[in-house]
Amino acid sequence: MIAYLPDAMSAVLVIPIVSAAILALISNYRVSSRLNVLASLFTMMSAGLLFADRPAPGQFLFIDDLNVVFVVLNTFVGFTTSVFSASYISHELETGKLTPAYLRFYHAMYQVMMFGMNLALVSNNLGLMWVAVELATLSTVLMVGIYRTHEALEAAWKYFILGSVGIALALFGTILVYMAARPVIGEGLDAMVWTTVIQHAGAFDPALLNVAFIFLLLGYGTKVGLAPLHAWLPDAHAEGPTPISAVLSGLLLNVALYAVLRFKILLNASPQAIAPGPLMITMGLISLIFAAFMLYRRRDIKRLFAYSSIEHMGIIAFAFGMGGPLANFAGLLHMTMHSLTKSAIFFAVGHVAQVKGTQKIADIRGLTESHPVLGWGLVVGVIAIAGMPPLGIFMSEFLVVSSAFARHPLLALPLVTGLLVAFGALLLRLGGLAFGEPRGSLAPVKASYLPMFAHLAIVFAAGVYLPGPLVIWFQHVAQLLG
Amino acid sequence: MHSLQFDVAHLLAGGLVLLSFLMLYQDRLYALLRVFTFHSLMLALSVAWQAYVQDAAHLYITAAIALIFKGIIIPVALHRMIVRLGIHREIETVVGVGLTMLAGMALVGLSMVVMLRVTPGADALAREDLAFALSVILIGLLVMVTRRNAVGQVVGFMSLENGLVLAATGAKGMPLVVEISVAFSVLIAFIVIGIFLFRIRERFDTVDIGALDQFRGERR
Repeated sequence: MIAYLPDAMSAVLVIPIVSAAILALISNYRVSSRLNVLASLFTMMSAGLLFADRPAPGQFLFIDDLNVVFVVLNTFVGFTTSVFSASYISHELETGKLTPAYLRFYHAMYQVMMFGMNLALVSNNLGLMWVAVELATLSTVLMVGIYRTHEALEAAWKYFILGSVGIALALFGTILVYMAARPVIGEGLDAMVWTTVIQHAGAFDPALLNVAFIFLLLGYGTKVGLAPLHAWLPDAHAEGPTPISAVLSGLLLNVALYAVLRFKILLNASPQAIAPGPLMITMGLISLIFAAFMLYRRRDIKRLFAYSSIEHMGIIAFAFGMGGPLANFAGLLHMTMHSLTKSAIFFAVGHVAQVKGTQKIADIRGLTESHPVLGWGLVVGVIAIAGMPPLGIFMSEFLVVSSAFARHPLLALPLVTGLLVAFGALLLRLGGLAFGEPRGSLAPVKASYLPMFAHLAIVFAAGVYLPGPLVIWFQHVAQLLG
Repeated sequence: MHSLQFDVAHLLAGGLVLLSFLMLYQDRLYALLRVFTFHSLMLALSVAWQAYVQDAAHLYITAAIALIFKGIIIPVALHRMIVRLGIHREIETVVGVGLTMLAGMALVGLSMVVMLRVTPGADALAREDLAFALSVILIGLLVMVTRRNAVGQVVGFMSLENGLVLAATGAKGMPLVVEISVAFSVLIAFIVIGIFLFRIRERFDTVDIGALDQFRGERR
């Protein structure tokens, strides 16, 4: 691992962890917020290099065609969020919601979290992946509780307890996978190395794998926010700082999903094991429909979009559960589009909540009139997330629905119902938020719009035209997912 | 296979399940903490026995961590915290004792059925260990959901992690990565919890989660 230190894969890990250590020492928040942006930028650039320079898989780390997509998306959104965060937190400091000491902690934790997520994505070892997911969870728990208000503490506690239980179940699942691998591969480290495990998966004891997958799906599924296990998600999104909401929705859920996908591939490789698809389809549909109806009752703007994240993770789990080249392609595309759109929405919502001084939907009206740039940004974002053409999410949802119709028409019915219900709820809320008589503070907002519009531009471009190489790449990855 | 080695391992793992049951119906924090201490000691013995049986020296480290960290440091620290917070009075359990015990038995039955059925190929020692470990994990979950007190929930969570360590050591030759990670995560988890308890105390003068529950997000 140390031997090829200068390569891009190590850089993706080393940059965040080193900058976390440096940021922990810097007390000037202006310097540290810039340094945070810079570190995230370098991480993103190294992630981009991974396409060209791919190190050979080791016993702990590796890069393949699947995780490179996740790493690039992860570091990109990590970078744009750090830009947003820089303008967001200076306002929090002015209003006295955070003190400089907390900001120091915040920036260090931000990089620790990025390190945890990147490590989870590039780890070639099932045990290491588990440790990394746990690290990312714990760092976000601390961030969610950073305001130390009554609400924030309750949200963080709930997140921590549910997240720990989830992570504990995932570890038990991992142990079972090792138990299944041991008779075939032999004792020791090799039986936990992904690239070795997947080669021999066909010979594993299928019954053991089945039980393992149940635990892994429940465990990592808690972190994905799938429906019966989602209780932590809305609270954590609503009460933490908005950059963290953006990162939670845009990245952490994906990382947990990536873990589920890895084990799905493992089960697919074992012919006698149960098909993991129906389980994922069921959880996905429950999440989608449950969240779609819950959207109507939201009075808090950040909770509204948190439920929308549950809905979209449901769609993605459904798509991957169906499997096959088309549905997997749709799932990958939807995941990418959702990450970009949802974090753009949270960028807008963060500034809106700051300028209005409230997160209550009823107290926010007429944004397009009072703050045109922010308001229209939010409108575009919500239209995109609701799945209207010509934006990217429409395309991916269309692909999911059409492949569902082609293969399981009966399943397409609840899918479309959920989509339409959610669509209605979002547009209903958007009408109140964006139009009508402005309510609340009209003060101008000091914001960096660049991250938001960069994301929305990509989503729009993807909806209109997907570049050929990207399509080929995604198709290739979709094949891998089986 | 049914040798002394097997019998002792069986006894220790079974003892762990029994202690988990004891934890279920403790309605005082001190008593709960005391049972947890024995739970960790039993785990340490069990892991040490596995280390001896499997001839795996690194497992002694895990046993030592269980003994020193979970058997001594954490109970002492939590004890002091309870004293300082002045919450050593009764803790109410959400469901009645009878029902909780029945649920616990059902969970043990479930884990036996599931684990013994899916592992016919594995050696007897690993099978039994996994079944017991799953019982401990599930009872740990039950302890967590039946407590409304933050300290009680934390103790429940730690007993759950004890179950995980038992499972990890039962799986022969499991790489060290996981053992260290479990111990490590307990450490981090404890720090996090410590911070949380401290903060909750600081702001609300209570560690009763019930007091937190009055706030339900939007229902203000």
